[in-house]
Amino acid sequence: MKKSYKIEVDCANCANNMEEAAKKTPGVKDCSVSFMTLKMKVEFEDGADADAVMKQVRANCKKVEDDCEIFL
Amino acid sequence: MNKKQKLLLWRIIAASVFFVPLYLISEGFVKTDLPSWGLVILFLIPYLLVGYDIVRKALLGIKNGQLFDENFLMTVATAGAIALGEYGEGVAVMLLYQIGELFQSCAVGKSRRSITELMDIRPDYANIEEDGVLTRVDPDEVETGSIIVVQPGEKVPLDGVVVEGTSSLNTSALTGESLPRPVEEGSDVLSGSINMSGILKIRTTAEFEESTASKIMDLVENAASRKSLSENFISKFARYYTPAVCCAALALAVLPPLFIMQTGTGAGHYGSTGSIWSDWILRACTLLVISCPCAVVISIPLSFFSGLGGASSHGILIKGSNYLETLSKVKIVAFDKTGTITKGNFAVTAVHRSPIDEKKLLEYAAHVEGFSSHPIAGSIREAYGKHIDRSRVSGLEEISGHGVTAKVDGVSVAIGNDKLMDRLSVSFEPCDEHVGTVLHVAVDGAYCGHIVVSDEIKETSAAAMEALKKAGVEKTVMLTGDAEPVAKKVAAEVGISEYRARLLPADKVSCVEDLLKECTGGRRLAFVGDGINDAPVLSRADVGIAMGALGSDAAIEAADVVLMDDDPMKIAKAIRISRKCLGIVKQNIVFALGVKLLCLLLAALGLANMWAAIIADVGVMILAVLNAIRCLFVKDL
Repeated sequence: MKKSYKIEVDCANCANNMEEAAKKTPGVKDCSVSFMTLKMKVEFEDGADADAVMKQVRANCKKVEDDCEIFL
Repeated sequence: MNKKQKLLLWRIIAASVFFVPLYLISEGFVKTDLPSWGLVILFLIPYLLVGYDIVRKALLGIKNGQLFDENFLMTVATAGAIALGEYGEGVAVMLLYQIGELFQSCAVGKSRRSITELMDIRPDYANIEEDGVLTRVDPDEVETGSIIVVQPGEKVPLDGVVVEGTSSLNTSALTGESLPRPVEEGSDVLSGSINMSGILKIRTTAEFEESTASKIMDLVENAASRKSLSENFISKFARYYTPAVCCAALALAVLPPLFIMQTGTGAGHYGSTGSIWSDWILRACTLLVISCPCAVVISIPLSFFSGLGGASSHGILIKGSNYLETLSKVKIVAFDKTGTITKGNFAVTAVHRSPIDEKKLLEYAAHVEGFSSHPIAGSIREAYGKHIDRSRVSGLEEISGHGVTAKVDGVSVAIGNDKLMDRLSVSFEPCDEHVGTVLHVAVDGAYCGHIVVSDEIKETSAAAMEALKKAGVEKTVMLTGDAEPVAKKVAAEVGISEYRARLLPADKVSCVEDLLKECTGGRRLAFVGDGINDAPVLSRADVGIAMGALGSDAAIEAADVVLMDDDPMKIAKAIRISRKCLGIVKQNIVFALGVKLLCLLLAALGLANMWAAIIADVGVMILAVLNAIRCLFVKDL
C-alpha cells in the first residue's frame, strides 16, 4: 500500500534526513521524500496500520529535523 | 515571502544594524572605553537575534543524538570563534549563514511556485446549469454524465463530449501545441484545455479523478519522487561528508598542536602554547563552517525538478528524474511505425484480383473488421462507407499478428496477411503494384483478391530523424508488423538506419532485447510507440516513450516518457532537454564540491579564514541554485 503525504521542511538535506528516518521506521517498506514538491510517498509493509505507522514516522522525523511537519 | 522568511529577514536586518558598529569597535576603527567583556555581551545580542533558532535546534539535536546536523556544526563553529576572541567573525558567520538560508528558501520557494504554476492545469471549478442559473461547484462533485457549461476563457474542468456550441480550444497546457483546436457538437474535449471563443455545453465522460488533467497532474507530481542516480549519489555523499569533515576538524584541532608541542617544529611562529591551540581550533571551526552540505544537496533536485517542469510545459511528460537521466544517455532509438513515424491514417488505395465484385469484397471485409479498433479496420469500414450490421457476423476470431476470421451471412470470410493465408492453406497472389499493407481475403476457403491499405508518413518524421542524429543518437531502428517493402520504403523516406519488418508484437520485444545487448558502456535504448499494443515493448526498453498519448490511459501507464502530441520532433527535444539538465547537474556537482574541497584545504592550511569560508559556502549555494533554475528554460532547445 502506498500513500502520499504533504510535508513541510526547510532544507534539501533535512528532506533527505527525513527520508532516512522514515525508511528506518518499522512498518515502512520504502519511502521517498521530494523536497521540490514537498511530498512524502510512503510504501507500507503488508498488514501495517498506516495511521499508526505514520505517527511513528512523524515522531522519528521530528527527531532528526525539529522543524519539519508531516500533514497526516 | 512567507511569514517565516519575513521574520528571518527582519532578524537579519536588526542583527546587521547591531553588528556593524560593534564590528567597527572590535576592529579598532572606532575607539571606545568599552571593556572586552562588555563587547562580548554586546556581540551576543546580534548573535542570538539572528541565530537563536540555530542554537536551539543544535541543543535539541544533541538531545536527540543528532550530532552532525548543520545547526550543531554552525553553533560549534561560531561559538568556538567567539570563545577564542574572534567575536566579529563568529557573529558574521552566523549572519551570512542565515542570509544564505533566506536566499535559498526564497529561491527554492519561488521556483517551486513557478514550476508548479507552469504545470498547473488543474481546474478550480465547474459550472453546472440548473434552471437556467449557472452555479460554480468543485469539479470533484460533478458526476459522470452531467452537463457542464464552459465559458470563454475558462478551463475545461472534466473530460467530456460537446453537446452544444462551437469554439476553439487552447490545448497548449496539455500538448505544448499553440495552435487552437476547433471543436463542435460531438467533439471530445479534454480537461485542462482552455476554451477560447464560444460557450460550450459538455456532457462529462469521466469523474474528476479520472480526468486527463488530474492524471497528468498526478504523473508530474509523482515524477519528483522517482529519484535519479545523481540525486541518490548526492544524498549519500551528504550523509558521509558532514561526519567526515567533523572528524577532520576534530583531528585538526587536536593533533597538530600536540605535534607542534611535542616536536617543537614550527613552534617559533606562536607566542605561547595558548596561541598554538587557538590557531588550530579556529582552523577547525572554519572547517566546520564548510561542512554544511546544503548547497550541493539543494541544487541537484532543483535542477531535475526544473528540467521536468520545463519539459512538461512543452508537452513532454517525464515520469521521473531517473528517466530524465536515462534519456540523456540514449544512443539507440527504436520506433514503432504506425502512428509514430506514420500518421496512422490508413486509407484503402486499391482492391486487386478480386473474382467477385469489389464492393461485395469490401462489404465482407468491413463486416469482419467491424469490431476491431485497429486503424486498418477503420479504413476498410470507411471505404465501405455503409452501415455495418453486426448481427450478420458470427464466430469472430482474431488471430494476433495474422488477421481475423468470421462468418458473414453464414459465409466464412478470412482477412489477413500472408501468414493467415498460409495458415488456412489458401494460395494467394502477392501484390506487386502497390506499396502498403496488403490484406488478403479468402471467402469460403477460396482466394478472393486483396485490399491494399496504405498510410501517410508524418511531415516531421524525416526532420525528426535528422534532429536525433544531431542530438547524438547513433542508431535509429524501425520495428513494424508490416511487410518488408512497406518497411523499406518508409525507412528510406524518413532516413532511418535500420528496419525490422513482419514482426509480431512478441517479436518486437525480442528485437528490443537484441538491441539492448548492443547498448554497452552506459548507452541506453529508447523505444517510441503510440502506446497501442506496444505496452510490453515500452516497458522493456530503458526508456519507453509513448507518443500522442493524450487520452490513452494504457500508454500513459506503460511509458516512462509521454509525448502529449504526436510530433516526432519532440523525441529529439526531450533528449536535448535531458542533456542540458544533466549537464547542469554535473556542473553543479563538480563546481560545488570543487569549491568546498578547495576551501577545506585552504582552511586546514590556515590560508582561508571564516569569512572566506562562509562567503564561499553561501556563494556556491547561490550560484548553484541560479544555475539549477536554468534547467527550466528549454524553449529554444
